[in-house]
This record gives sequence, C-alpha cells and structure tokens, in this order.
Amino acid sequence: MAKPLAAGAESPWVSATPELVARLRSEGARGLARAISAVERGDASAPELVRLISAEAPSPAVVGLTGAPGSGKSSLAGAVVAELRGRGHRVAVLAVDPSSPFSGGALLGDRIRLQRHAQDEGVYIRSLAARGHLGGLSPVIRDAIRLVAGFGFGTVILETVGVGQSELEVASVAETTIVVLAPGFGDGIQLMKAGVMEIADIYCLNKADLSGADQLRGDLRGFIASLHKRPWPPPLVATVATTGQGVGDLWEAVERHRAQLADFPEAEGRRSKRLCDEAAELVAGWARLQAGRILREDSSLRQELEADNDPQAVLARLAERLRWTGPGGTR
Amino acid sequence: MVARSLRDAGFEVIYTGLRQTPAMVVEAALQEDAGVIGLSLHSGAHMTLIPALLQELRRRDAEDIVVFAGGIMPAADVAELKALGVAEVFTPGTPLAAITEWLRSRFGPRG
Repeated sequence: MAKPLAAGAESPWVSATPELVARLRSEGARGLARAISAVERGDASAPELVRLISAEAPSPAVVGLTGAPGSGKSSLAGAVVAELRGRGHRVAVLAVDPSSPFSGGALLGDRIRLQRHAQDEGVYIRSLAARGHLGGLSPVIRDAIRLVAGFGFGTVILETVGVGQSELEVASVAETTIVVLAPGFGDGIQLMKAGVMEIADIYCLNKADLSGADQLRGDLRGFIASLHKRPWPPPLVATVATTGQGVGDLWEAVERHRAQLADFPEAEGRRSKRLCDEAAELVAGWARLQAGRILREDSSLRQELEADNDPQAVLARLAERLRWTGPGGTR
Repeated sequence: MVARSLRDAGFEVIYTGLRQTPAMVVEAALQEDAGVIGLSLHSGAHMTLIPALLQELRRRDAEDIVVFAGGIMPAADVAELKALGVAEVFTPGTPLAAITEWLRSRFGPRG
C-alpha cells in the first residue's frame, strides 16, 4: 500500500475542534491513523489536535527496542506484544524508519513481522517516517505517543530499523530502552554502531538457542562490567523470540526498570530533561524554517552571505529578525 | 522491486508480506492511513482474493482507498475486476515507470 507524500497542506480538515476529535474517535484505528498523519505532515492544526485528543489521557509506558538488522528485533516486538496482550495491556507499536533523503519516500518493512496482531483491536501498529519534520523525528514520535495514549493505548513500543540516527532518538524518547543482539554475526558487540550499546537500559540476547550465544553472553557481561557511573547495572535477558522463551522475563526486567525510575529522583530529572529537549527541538526547527524563509526573501542578505562565505557573520542579523507570529508561522 | 520504484517516486510504501488475508491487509491500510493498496498476485487466486478485499473495504467503510493490482491474468478477469472497483490492473511486462506515473497522476506526490 502507499501513502502519497504531498508537499504542504494536504490536510483533510482546516482546524482541530472537539467535533473533529469526536469524528476521529468514531473511526477507531483509522481516526487515530489520520491524526498521526496530520502530525507527520506538520499540519498547522496538528498541535491543537494532539492537545485535544490526549488531554486527560495518562502517560503510557514507553519502551524502546533497537538493535542491528538480523537481531530478530521485529520478531521480538511481536513476541512482546503477545506477552503484553496476555497481561491485558493495550499496546501500540510505532515502527520508526528513516526516509530516503533523496525522494522523501520510505520502505516501511517492519510491519511484515508484526502482522499476526493485525486483527486484535487491542493492538495498533503504525510505521512512522521521518520526513524532515520541524525539529526532526523526535517531535513526531512524541506526538504520536500522545495520540495513541488518547486512544486508550497504555503501552507503547518504539522500534527502529537501526539505520541513521533513529536509535538515539528512540532512546531519548523512550523511558526504557532495550538493545537487542543475536549470535551468529561474527563479533556481535563490535558490529553495533558507536553509541548504540551505551544507550541500553536492558540488553536482550535474542536467538539464544543458536550456537555462539554463550560466547556473546560472555562478551556482553564483560561489556556491562566495563560501563561506569551507573546507578544500577543494566540486566541481560536471553530470549528466543520465535518461541516466546524468555519474553516474560524481558518484560519483568522492563517493569523492574520502571520501578527503579520511579524510586530514584533521577527519574524526575530524566523526564524534565526530555521535556526540555523537546521544547528546544521545536524552537530549533521553527528557527531553521524562519531563517530559510528570511534568506530566500532577502536578496541583499543572500548576496552578502555569498560574497563573504561566512554564515557566522549574518547570524546576529538573522536572529534579530526571528519573530514568533503563532503556530501558522511554523510552515 | 515495485516497492522501491514507488519509494523513489516519493511514495511511502508499506509491505504487508505474503499470505495475508484481505481482512489483515485492510486493517493495516487503515492503521497506516494508506491511500492506496497495491496487490501483487501470482497464485491465480486473484478472482477470490481481490473481490474479498473490496468487500472488506466496503465493510470497514473505507471504499475511498484506491486498489490496484498486478500479475498474470486473462483480459476477461481484468475487465471484471475493474467492474468490481479495482482502479487499474498492471500485467507483467508493464514498465515500472508506467505504474509510478499512474499513481502520480492520481495522487500528485511531491517530486
């Protein structure tokens, strides 16, 4: 199936109203999907729509799932969903894939492995593409989380394909991040991209039934021991996603981590930092768009920039001209 | 391969994979807010699967989603499927550019 990525305003509605929200809610999963599309497109009505839909919805538990291609991460996501459904959770899976930087299209293949849950009303699965949205990928993810919460989903799994910067962004949005590795790819840990291993709150050794699993477990234990300045060491959980083995333990580890977050003052610090980061990202994205517009419209400024080859020299003048005129100014 | 061409033409493409029931395909389309469903069928089951899919779209109040198909089938079947509501059928050998151009003309994506 395909979604056309039309530029600019393709919004099917003009503004966000309680009537629109009621209509979207009556459409069930499709209404939720339409609201998320509005966020992806950067519609002017999107922020208000998110606010209306998510008002009074409790914050969901957000778990990030990241790992190299071949780690069985998507199968694991499916197994975690099954585990959570068994516990009575309503679960949303947001699968994050980078867009092609050249055309704006995306191949969102994660959905294949999660399809067994397609008919369960308590599961919502959505692919999110980063489309150069204001502020980057994270604001889209955060608003999508608020929207699914507003539609009654209490647990969100954020999954990445493992390309580009999506892992770090997922880790900054998720409360608990699981990094998945699997044996059989030579030196497992070395294959992980720089910085990804360090973001884990939990390490998951998937395909634990394959040969090489013990070796990888030993390598992981050594790696964990080498990490310093942690209030608590990240646990290592072994799973076989295709049989469900260990998946219950994995979720228990998530719940222990969440309990630890709640008990330590660091939890409030993390939440505060997340919110501050998000606010700063929004401002940065807005400023970028405004600066681009100013430069396009002011030929003398552009000529000066081209003559001096020095963006720093025009910084002050550009910054002075930035002016907030309301959410419409973000497009 | 078709998916890659579509992506290069600026569409978002979501694979649902093989052996999906019509109900599963429609549910995925709804959750993803897809505007188009493209079916690639090689099993000869198109005269049962495609009408079932169209019916499921009606049942879910989602007839606005456009359906096109590709695969080996006799001309009579193509005609019947179009009469049932399939927007276009691409037989094997159709250049990929023709498919992306058709989609572009209907939906006008950026780029």
